[in-house]
Amino acid sequence: MTTSTPPVAQHPGPAAQGGSQRSAASRFWRALTKTTTGQVYLALIAILVICWAVVAIKGSNLLTIDSITDMLIRSVALGIVAAGQTLVIIGMSLDLSVAWVISLTSIVAAVVMDGSNGNIVPGILAVLAVGAAIGLANGLIITKLRVNPFIATLGVALIIQSIIESNWDGVVEGVAKGFENSLGYSEIGPLPIAVLLLAAVYLAVWFLLRYTRFGHQLYAVGGSEEVSKLSGVRTHRVLITAHVICAVCAAITGLYLASRLGAGSPLVGTDGGYDLESIAAVVLGGTYLLGGRGSVLGTLAGVFILAILDSTFNALEVNAFAKDVVRGVIIIVAVAAYSFRAKGRRVRKIGAGPAATGNAPQTQTQGANA
Amino acid sequence: MSPGEESREAAGGAATATRSPLLQMRGIKKDFLGVHVLHGIDLECAAGEVHAIVGENGAGKSTLMKILAGVYTPSAGEIIIDGTPQKFNHPLEAQQAGVSIIYQEFNLLPDRTVAENVFLGREPKKGFIVDRAKMERDTAKLLHEFAPDDPIAPDELVGRLSVAQQQTVEIAKALSLDSKILVMDEPTASLAAHEVERLFDRVKRLRERGMAILYISHRLKEIFELAQRITVLKDGNKVKTVNADEVTSAELVKLMVGRELDQYFPPRGDPSKRGDVKLRVRGGATEVLSNIDLDIHAGEILGVAGLQGSGRTELARAIFGADPFLEGTVEIDGKPVKINSPKQAIAHGIGFVSEDRKTEGLTLAQSIRDNVALAWRGLARGRRSQLSINVKDLCQAVELRSRGGLGQEVRYLSGGNQQKVVIAKWLATEPQLVIFDEPTRGIDVGAKAGIHDLIRGLANEGVAVLMISSELPEVIGMSDRIIVMRNGQIAGELPAGPTEAEIMFLATGEEDIEAKTEADLAKIQEELSSAGEGGKS
Amino acid sequence: MSTSAAPVPEGPSGVGEGAPSALQRVFGALRAIPVVWYLTIVLWVWIAAINPLFAEPSGFLAYLKQAAPLAILAAGAFFVLASGEFDLSVGSLVTVCVVVAAAISDGDPSKTWPVIALLFVIGLIVGLINGVVTTIFRVPSFITTLAMLLILDGAVWLYTSGSPKGALADNFREIGRMGIEVPVIDQLPYSVIILVAIGAFSAWLMRRHFGRQVLAVGDNDRAAALSGINVTRVRITAFVLSALSAVIAGILLGGFAGVTAQVGQGLEFEAITAAVLGGTVLGGGRGSVINAMAGALALTALFSWLNLQGVSGAFEDAVEGVIIIAAVAVASYRLREGS
Repeated sequence: MTTSTPPVAQHPGPAAQGGSQRSAASRFWRALTKTTTGQVYLALIAILVICWAVVAIKGSNLLTIDSITDMLIRSVALGIVAAGQTLVIIGMSLDLSVAWVISLTSIVAAVVMDGSNGNIVPGILAVLAVGAAIGLANGLIITKLRVNPFIATLGVALIIQSIIESNWDGVVEGVAKGFENSLGYSEIGPLPIAVLLLAAVYLAVWFLLRYTRFGHQLYAVGGSEEVSKLSGVRTHRVLITAHVICAVCAAITGLYLASRLGAGSPLVGTDGGYDLESIAAVVLGGTYLLGGRGSVLGTLAGVFILAILDSTFNALEVNAFAKDVVRGVIIIVAVAAYSFRAKGRRVRKIGAGPAATGNAPQTQTQGANA
Repeated sequence: MSPGEESREAAGGAATATRSPLLQMRGIKKDFLGVHVLHGIDLECAAGEVHAIVGENGAGKSTLMKILAGVYTPSAGEIIIDGTPQKFNHPLEAQQAGVSIIYQEFNLLPDRTVAENVFLGREPKKGFIVDRAKMERDTAKLLHEFAPDDPIAPDELVGRLSVAQQQTVEIAKALSLDSKILVMDEPTASLAAHEVERLFDRVKRLRERGMAILYISHRLKEIFELAQRITVLKDGNKVKTVNADEVTSAELVKLMVGRELDQYFPPRGDPSKRGDVKLRVRGGATEVLSNIDLDIHAGEILGVAGLQGSGRTELARAIFGADPFLEGTVEIDGKPVKINSPKQAIAHGIGFVSEDRKTEGLTLAQSIRDNVALAWRGLARGRRSQLSINVKDLCQAVELRSRGGLGQEVRYLSGGNQQKVVIAKWLATEPQLVIFDEPTRGIDVGAKAGIHDLIRGLANEGVAVLMISSELPEVIGMSDRIIVMRNGQIAGELPAGPTEAEIMFLATGEEDIEAKTEADLAKIQEELSSAGEGGKS
Repeated sequence: MSTSAAPVPEGPSGVGEGAPSALQRVFGALRAIPVVWYLTIVLWVWIAAINPLFAEPSGFLAYLKQAAPLAILAAGAFFVLASGEFDLSVGSLVTVCVVVAAAISDGDPSKTWPVIALLFVIGLIVGLINGVVTTIFRVPSFITTLAMLLILDGAVWLYTSGSPKGALADNFREIGRMGIEVPVIDQLPYSVIILVAIGAFSAWLMRRHFGRQVLAVGDNDRAAALSGINVTRVRITAFVLSALSAVIAGILLGGFAGVTAQVGQGLEFEAITAAVLGGTVLGGGRGSVINAMAGALALTALFSWLNLQGVSGAFEDAVEGVIIIAAVAVASYRLREGS
């Protein structure tokens, strides 16, 4: 396949600084077409265009300022959970308790704030502490008790569900007005403050993954726990940290939703389907479900894709429940497509002992072609 | 061998390597569940020395090296590094004491970059953040120091490198750990000829840096090129440590293989009773194998010899349809057949006793009964009703004795009994051809004879047998005919009862003519491919 | 908790093996009984002590009737778990069955049997899709079946526009709530008969080729494939059995629960909990279907007991969560120690 020259008009920014050995434009083009994350963003653009066209045929516009803002707001809640979910999935784990963590923390926020602006900070701290504690529990059960992550986090989800159902059976009022006004509905310039929160979370997680030891080692643990252990990585600590951050992200989403609703709700997490949807966003974003590969920026694109589809369904007035069906199909197709691609790559297994069923020469040729 | 003789040998060696040895292993013993694998081995290696360890499969080389690397703890004996006695309970402890080991299966992460792999677990930090620039700089420096001829980008993903390059990364990792002692386990097993040359260059550079290198290999040519001293192991004993320049390759082979043929093998079949050709392969090729022409007759045992990585197991898997032939023809009883899956192979009356019982042969948590019936259950219904199964009779036929009864989980059986279960599993399908891959690996000496009797018994009943083994006495003792594999091809065929040297010569291709043309071919190929790359970009 | 017999060490020489005394033999036999049965019996006795009605035939049969749907689901879950996979779609499939049956028959008794046939077809299709997507498209089964859960739930809401309509015919509901009149025990519920039949059928299946292949595939699918076993077909069949068990559970539940969109909620996890409590090992290869069903009996008894202790219903989920985590942790600890 020959690479065509980049359509410069589409990327005027980087092209302007072209220079040294390889122009920035061509490097950008490579990153866009050759990396998984780049491909996810191309898919995002394609989906946006298609959806815009479909909606346009119907006679409305998907890309007004209002609907874009709406899409961004929609992305905030899911996006923050999905950022955390990305971490645990990279570490070859999983967190299915996030939906209940969101519900619980929205209630905790309401209860601790108790309607007083003076309690906003204690409320936030309490929410983060609850999130961290649940993440710690998840991490400890998975690493120390060696319980399958999916069972462990579902079990923890059941326990949280019980706690909620035995204490609260409806909306819990009490989120401070000041909090509701600031996080939930205020804007800085054209941007809602919540979008800035989303950006901050992604920046933080991206930074963690790329620039810290924790991030490096998380990829390693997800790639092979055995190799990581033999290289001196404290694998348990890395995984537990990932789970704590994941649950804290869910707690932040709980805070955000509490600020939007102005109240805590026992069902806000599960009604939003944040457990499965966050996994869907991660997988759509190109992160490998079996660990060791992926990026949080890809997840962001996955979140946007889901938000665009959501807005499109709304614009087309598709039944709300049909969306669930479509989402389920999307998840399966995304994972299936990715596992087919991964199949090709897994063959390129490292080393070539006699037991490696003779992939050795294959490895060499593939390596040379790559 | 008396201890006196031993120390004189060692003293002679130490003279070459001046100072006191960096590594000393004294009286290392190891037994697994009462089976003695090492009987008190002494070994030493000086800084700046390449010390080769040779011996047949099962001689104890790998076990000894795994003890040094902290994978196993010795039953007795001590390890002294730089004058300090060490006790390793975990590979990490050995690593901290300066011992690195490069296995044939590399310990690398394919989805991480070269630099990330080299510094995994010890990422340099600048304040909070990982100093990626320093990490890549240091990696580049390390790589450049001992592998200047093959530039590897520190930010390349390891999964995209060739096997040889991955090996280089492993060495770089060892260097970055400040290892003083490096163990290399068959490092050339999966390298092409020109890559081997580069590896030698690397090993010599490491030697000059004052590293102590323990080099395990079957290939005598390599050993003479690299090593100062050679230690020969046999059956868990040290035969001798010799200076490389004081021994010829013929003498070395004699030391390695010179065993009393006290091992019992069942008598061979009468060649005149050999049946018709059961399986015929012509021009068989896979990604690994090429030009496979093969006949296996009913009632004979065809032995397959060859070094590790020569394509023996691949041949078995191709015939069995697990990694089927991509080219060529296969005939059974003179009729052309297509075998693209184990299920088809089994339907054609083929059985496969694979190399790794535990991952490929048995369902360990199931009972003896279920394992014996496993392959029979996979047969088509019609065939299954033709062959009634009697697990008890089958177990008797393979002389399987289990005190736990037929309901016992097979994971509690000994290696020998597990292997008998696998054989019984195939007997239940009444096979015409049975492939044995390393039939007695990991089985104690006493039980081996039983397995050998079973294999010969099958042949005597007219079953065609293909038997792969890396134990030369076994191949020689059992086979009616032997083919020797090298580089994915059949290097030659030998009649019953060849000498070990004959096989070794075919397996290693000691005559250089062929190897040279191969090296040339590889070079031409490389040039072609680099030209292709250039054209593309 | 596991069904495996105690390991019999097999040394090269038989050292120190005396004939076991009668007492030892009795003790050994008792130890061979899986823990789940002791748990179940203790709970039965305890409940009977608090509530004597439970010890009466009618009281006990009422309990069995209540436990039957979960026990049937546990049997289905067992096949999938033993083959090394998960099925999380059964709860929503139960809901689909109830809602679809109500909407189509709308109280018309003549439609009951055709509707039941239709439900089995739906179950068959769902099971096939789960199995094919998992094995052939290589999507991890918990994702496949979670997505299936989402799809089925969405389909139910879509179909009913939020509130289930129609009603189940009386003869449909009788299957779950009525029984045969029998002299001594008053009434033998149909659901108990179905439960026993399914238990017997599953146990029979586990002794057949299919059952042995399921365990072999779950234990070591590579060795199974190299022995000529069609791993794909075995796993797909397991998913189909699981889905069919959900259909049967749905038919029974339709009888005594109302027609709601929540009728099957959480049952998938309850079924897995029951199977694990009964000694089924996640990852496959070990367990017995009868013990998995016993796990469901124990779980139901435990919930009844908690009820009698005055514990709120909401607390049941927490108990379930703790039980499954503990059971899996114990099993993984034992596997590590055993090997």
